[in-house]
Amino acid sequence: MYTTELDKSRPVDLQTGEPKDLVDAFEARVAADEFIEPKDWMPEAYRKTLIRQISQHAHSEIIGMYPEGNWITRAPSLQRKAILLAKVQDEGGHGLYLYCAAETLGASRDEMVDALHSGKAKYSTIFNYPTLTWADIGAIGWLVDGAAIMNQVPLQRTSYGPYARAMVRVCKEESFHQRQGYSIMLALAEGTDAQRRMAQDALNRWWWPSLMMFGPPDDASPNTERSMRWRIKRETNDELRQKFVDATVPQAELLGLSIPDPDLTWNETRGAYDFGDIDWSEFYAVVKGEGMCAKERITARKKAWDDGAWVREAADAYEAKKQARNVA
Amino acid sequence: MRQDPIMQSALRLGDDALILGQRLSEWCGHAPTIEVDLSLANLGLDLIGQAMHFLGLAGDIEGQGRDADTLAFFRTDLDFTNCLLVEQPNGDFAQTMTRQWLYSTYQQLLFEAMAGVEDARFAEVADKALKEVRYHAELSADWVIRLGDGTDVSHQKMVDALGWLWRFVPELFQMDELDSLAVEAGVGVDKAALRPAYDAAINAVFEEAKLTRPDDQRTLTGGRHGHHSEHLGHLLATMQHIPRSHPDARW
Repeated sequence: MYTTELDKSRPVDLQTGEPKDLVDAFEARVAADEFIEPKDWMPEAYRKTLIRQISQHAHSEIIGMYPEGNWITRAPSLQRKAILLAKVQDEGGHGLYLYCAAETLGASRDEMVDALHSGKAKYSTIFNYPTLTWADIGAIGWLVDGAAIMNQVPLQRTSYGPYARAMVRVCKEESFHQRQGYSIMLALAEGTDAQRRMAQDALNRWWWPSLMMFGPPDDASPNTERSMRWRIKRETNDELRQKFVDATVPQAELLGLSIPDPDLTWNETRGAYDFGDIDWSEFYAVVKGEGMCAKERITARKKAWDDGAWVREAADAYEAKKQARNVA
Repeated sequence: MRQDPIMQSALRLGDDALILGQRLSEWCGHAPTIEVDLSLANLGLDLIGQAMHFLGLAGDIEGQGRDADTLAFFRTDLDFTNCLLVEQPNGDFAQTMTRQWLYSTYQQLLFEAMAGVEDARFAEVADKALKEVRYHAELSADWVIRLGDGTDVSHQKMVDALGWLWRFVPELFQMDELDSLAVEAGVGVDKAALRPAYDAAINAVFEEAKLTRPDDQRTLTGGRHGHHSEHLGHLLATMQHIPRSHPDARW
């Protein structure tokens, strides 16, 4: 791909074989917080890591339509129905911008979709948990979107330009999503006994999975150091998790709901909450595809794609006929 | 009890929009492409918005404290006044788009006429919603053409979709006593008079889509008077069960 590689006198990076001057210039630009754009030279590992991260993010948005989509037809008021439909639609839109951002790195949409359907590509495991009551829609907005925002806000300054710009749009909409989730929780918390019970139950089920959304602890996250250097990641998993806990605990108190963690205490010296141990065996099990709805989610996605094949073929055939007619 | 034609007019408009919006929302996450998914959600959102407006208006006119949500979630099948066309199941994408096209083409003509009625509560909303409805009619007509003139498979699916839905078209244009009173009261439109323009619009699309206009079948009606197909009960069961399980709750 790079003719410069043939130039024997040019020093190369010993690990990757890439020209050292290009690698150094790239690293310097990234360290200076400059944006890397699609046509700029970049190390192959950076390109691959980004494609993996961005497409995984896109897949998460698309699969993320299902747990909430499960409640659109059953939303308990017309206003809530409209807001939820608009929110799930936003997620589809986020998936689209992110697929486009990944395409600028040379990945094709078909390849990415195939990788999702075959199980080769991952998506956020949080979406493999079931949505059992209406309160889950509140809890997802409040906690899952809340955690997603914590993860995504720093990515607005990520080193790859198209990704950073996509994240600016995504973050704007996500903060609206989080507010609507909290508003659902507030209505439930102020509601009947049955509503309060569903709100507490949803918090009990979504709390720990939300903390797991930040990924494994820093000492078990092997790529963190390089990703931080490349500004693909801007804060560590544990830092972001702590921020999330500190922001969310007072919100739960305001709702009059209790966080399902007996070890949660305010640590005066650290100025932060101490919290209990996360059950990482559950996290890794869900990552492996053992979540309650893992099969439902991917089956639904593949079915939508397969059932729609004749529609896509018809649209292509029609377009081809139209072009042929225009030529004639 | 004698029904108020003005309230009933708002209710019929609201019920059509609500039931079709609910049907479209069933697609979310399941469409042939993400782009199509987003456009179906747009249509659904527009219709749910119209439903909120017209059901709210129906409740206000009635003056008995029922709001849009009460009317949407606490009435039974016999009280729903939507046409049979909008409650038909989504079926495949051809059936959904054909249903949309047959309905939106009618709704566009209806709202164009309604934008000129005396009562501003109806005229202004019709005028405002026209932009949305024109887009729905155009988008669905484009799909009818694409699928009709796409592949053999898509063409056959369009023929099947029309076979299912054509029976429900005449009901759209039927005038009953309430409709006539609504016209006199300055809120309603003579729907029967819209039929020639409707036929002209859909015939043009049939031709471009290389589809044959189906032969007229025995007309099925009853929706405006609460006699529906079997499908509506299931739609309502899904849509209403949470509010009905918690009748005192606010959401």
